[in-house]
Amino acid sequence: MTLRTVFIEAAYLAASLLFILGLRSLTMPDRARRGMQLAALGMLVAIVGTLLHHEIVRYDWILAGLALGTVIGYPLGVYVPMTAMPQRVAISHMFGAIAATLVGVAEYWRLGNGMDVPRPVMAALGFEVLFGALTITGSFMAFGKLQGILPSRPVTFRGQNYGSMAIFVTAVGLFAWLVARPAIPNAFYAMVALALVFGVSLVLPIGGADMPVVISLLNSYAGLASSATGFAIGNNVLIIAGALDGASGFVLSIIMSRAMNRSFTNVLFGAFGAAPEASARTAEGLTVHAITPEDAAIQLGYARKVIIVPGYGMAVSQAQHQVRELASLIEKNGGSVVYAIHPVAGRMPGHMNVLLAEADVPYEKLKEMDEVNDEFKNADVALVIGANDVVNPAARTDKGSPIYGMPILNADQAKQVIVMKRSMNPGFAGIENDLFYRDNTAMLFGDAKQSLAKVVQEIKQG
Amino acid sequence: MHGLQLLEIYVFVLAGFVGFFTITRVPALLHTPLMSATNAISAISLVGSVVMAGANYGLLATVLGFVAVTCATINVVGGFIITDRMLKMFRRGGRPEAKK
Repeated sequence: MTLRTVFIEAAYLAASLLFILGLRSLTMPDRARRGMQLAALGMLVAIVGTLLHHEIVRYDWILAGLALGTVIGYPLGVYVPMTAMPQRVAISHMFGAIAATLVGVAEYWRLGNGMDVPRPVMAALGFEVLFGALTITGSFMAFGKLQGILPSRPVTFRGQNYGSMAIFVTAVGLFAWLVARPAIPNAFYAMVALALVFGVSLVLPIGGADMPVVISLLNSYAGLASSATGFAIGNNVLIIAGALDGASGFVLSIIMSRAMNRSFTNVLFGAFGAAPEASARTAEGLTVHAITPEDAAIQLGYARKVIIVPGYGMAVSQAQHQVRELASLIEKNGGSVVYAIHPVAGRMPGHMNVLLAEADVPYEKLKEMDEVNDEFKNADVALVIGANDVVNPAARTDKGSPIYGMPILNADQAKQVIVMKRSMNPGFAGIENDLFYRDNTAMLFGDAKQSLAKVVQEIKQG
Repeated sequence: MHGLQLLEIYVFVLAGFVGFFTITRVPALLHTPLMSATNAISAISLVGSVVMAGANYGLLATVLGFVAVTCATINVVGGFIITDRMLKMFRRGGRPEAKK
């Protein structure tokens, strides 16, 4: 082992340790920022170490890539608004997957188009390009749906699941063949192409509200692709960092699926929401009790305990600052306000927390479901802002409902419920929500941001 | 270049375990920063891309390596910055407010 190799390996070891410390710091909100700065330092150490690699003969392309990547990455870090975070995360999975896939393809190509690829390396390369390629297109589709370029409703057609399965099975078949005989370039490139197509067909039938699961899964795949790169080129820091990312995405996927009471397969192949006829009950003959911002202001102005339930509607109308302003007023009048955050509220894990933190809501007021659910019965007002399925009591009682069994927030147990909603259109799942028709529920129709601004103004004047 | 070795599988499995047990303890509060953080960390594939772009492996490998370096760098730079931006926003009550 030369001195140079020792130095590079030491840099990688240091980087791996700093990454783990960085992730560990995320278990403690107060120390998270410092911890992630250490992880960034670890990344720098790893890059500097790599630049000393003995096989590197020229630096012009490397520096050009580093410069171009910085020019593109810096604005993506600094200027992207918090409301665009789901699509920002989705597109970053795509970039990570492109890097892993291209390294895999280049590695296969340079080793005599498979002639000099030993079988174990072929196995690693296969995983790398399979996971990588499907993550590239899958993430791009997710990005398109979240950004509104593509319809966020599930896109389905007859035989879709069979078609997807056929593509997947063929790609895996080619993979197995390649591990047996690596030197078949056509099979390799066909496998990459099929994985790209599979990524599209995987995300196409998935609707907006299922995005938290899909983004988490793609996060996991991007990590596994990085890890497989590490196996292919024999680099431990890649294996470790990729495994951390893979594990993280996996854990998040589990948490998200549980929060919807659904399995992975159900999310991926169920095309939730495509069949509104599945909804068990309709709302015919029921009436809602609509109120004005003035009425809401009176109730909220005198409430002692208010629980706010934010949903995707809050993100859409970017109402987080008005929410915070209302909460400050209620607190000034002597009431208390906490926020009840459902794990799948919004379009990605933690979406609501980020938006409310941006509006300067202290994080100890952002309560997880289990923590806050018993408090609803003591609340004077539950203020539901643009959330629907996560407060639908049908999940508890109606066995015929598609969301039956999903853990929900007990907003209906509050003495008074005020629901802010754009219109009476049913939520994403196309399911009627009994909560809206209850005696203790009042509906405040309109854009959440404007409604909240009016309520705030009324309370200030009153 | 060396092949798939048992040792590497050990490393993968152990790192996966560390990741699993660490991440299950991350509160839901920080799930979005967690995603962007792990994304930035897994942009360590930059390390492989850099060697591909700089070594004497032929033009196609160099060009693919260059594109890979660019994409990975986007995630390193953008990912760590945006994670920091998010984590900066999470603060306790009682302290003076950052804005207005």
